Amino acid sequence: MSGGEPLVRWDWIGDHAGELADYTGAHLRLGLLPVLFGLIVSVPLGIACHRWRWLYPPVLTVANILYSIPSLALFMIFVRYTGLTERTVLIPLTLYTLSVLVPNVVDGLASVPEPVRQAATALGFGTVRRVVQVELPIAVPVVIAGVRVAAVSSISLVAVGQLIGQGGLGYYITRGLQLDFPTPIVTAIVLIMLLALATDALLVLAQRLLTPWSRSKVTSS
Amino acid sequence: MNDLLNQVRLVGDWLASSKQWHGDEGIPRRLVEHLTYSGLSLLFAALIGLTLGLLVGHTGRGAFAVAGVVNLARAIPTFGLVVLVVTLAGLSTTPVLIALVALAVPPILINTFEGVRGVDPATRDAARGVGMTEWEVLVRVEVPMALPLILLGLRIAAIQVVATATVAAYPGLGGLGRFIVDGLSRNDYQLVVGGSTVVVVLALVVQIAFTALRRVLVSPGLRVSASKS
Repeated sequence: MSGGEPLVRWDWIGDHAGELADYTGAHLRLGLLPVLFGLIVSVPLGIACHRWRWLYPPVLTVANILYSIPSLALFMIFVRYTGLTERTVLIPLTLYTLSVLVPNVVDGLASVPEPVRQAATALGFGTVRRVVQVELPIAVPVVIAGVRVAAVSSISLVAVGQLIGQGGLGYYITRGLQLDFPTPIVTAIVLIMLLALATDALLVLAQRLLTPWSRSKVTSS
Repeated sequence: MNDLLNQVRLVGDWLASSKQWHGDEGIPRRLVEHLTYSGLSLLFAALIGLTLGLLVGHTGRGAFAVAGVVNLARAIPTFGLVVLVVTLAGLSTTPVLIALVALAVPPILINTFEGVRGVDPATRDAARGVGMTEWEVLVRVEVPMALPLILLGLRIAAIQVVATATVAAYPGLGGLGRFIVDGLSRNDYQLVVGGSTVVVVLALVVQIAFTALRRVLVSPGLRVSASKS
């Protein structure tokens, strides 16, 4: 870095406000779509794992193995099949969310008290109706605790996708390095953290609205 | 399917070429660099995270601050942090190690803390009741009982550090990420996918090593609850 260059040049931020907003939008989309896809996959998968316990260990092992693969390597392996497109970022990030979401769906369902389950059955609920109307709502706090972790890490991982040209705000990280100019890097880091923390706060709010009966504190792992 | 076979062959050819196994650009040299960065960062992070986690978990003081810091740290984009450190401090190992340590402390800290805090108060009181000092309670009761979670924290940290050390190649550091970054800039797909494969294998070895470590270290009486992680 050249001497006397400040950490942040505020005028640069002002000049690039419009562009920054565009990249922020793209970043949010790239970070949150995987969580949405992950939920769509892990809710039925978690229900299946809860119902047929033998299914859970292999599913968990696969999810853990996927999680241990570095994002950069996973992106690169997908490039062959999906090219330098958004999908190359979205698919690996979706796979990562499964390692948090599936266990949390299973734990959430396991947290349903047995008497509640029996009461639902006694009221004449069929299996499907009991799972959808009784067990899943009760599982919501534990599931959302997982969604919070998945969303925050997904949003901060998107930046790595910039190495294949699909990184949302990660663009400013590589740009700053190329120009030897810290302002874009600092701005990108701060914006990414703000996105992650705002998303986290919204999820806490969503949980309150979805589970008005539980006002007690839920521990997030 | 055919394409998959081609890809496997591509990686196989790359791995088989003797050029990969010698010299400054070879796999052994990059692997040693990668393991050095990762190992040192993990060591320092473990020193900090375990000490703080045990302290906060045992005394119960500062729990709120720990939760807040860990939440905030999880949101930091590590790729950005590494690049920023290099832009500000220039390209050398120490600044990058600091970024990696910053990444690895939170999972170790929170899991150690949760593990120690989660020990049943009755067990703790029983230990005091039989005359153990606070130090003995910590070392002989709380640590063994918290071990599954502590090891989980170390495993998460190790995996994240190994993954992020890959990204550190982008601003010019060595390590296994070099293959991927160089391959991308030279449009050499074989180099990219070959390097990725080596990284994946390393990540899996780390994962397996921690699973084995848990088998060895965790007391058999705790195995049932340990299987959950």
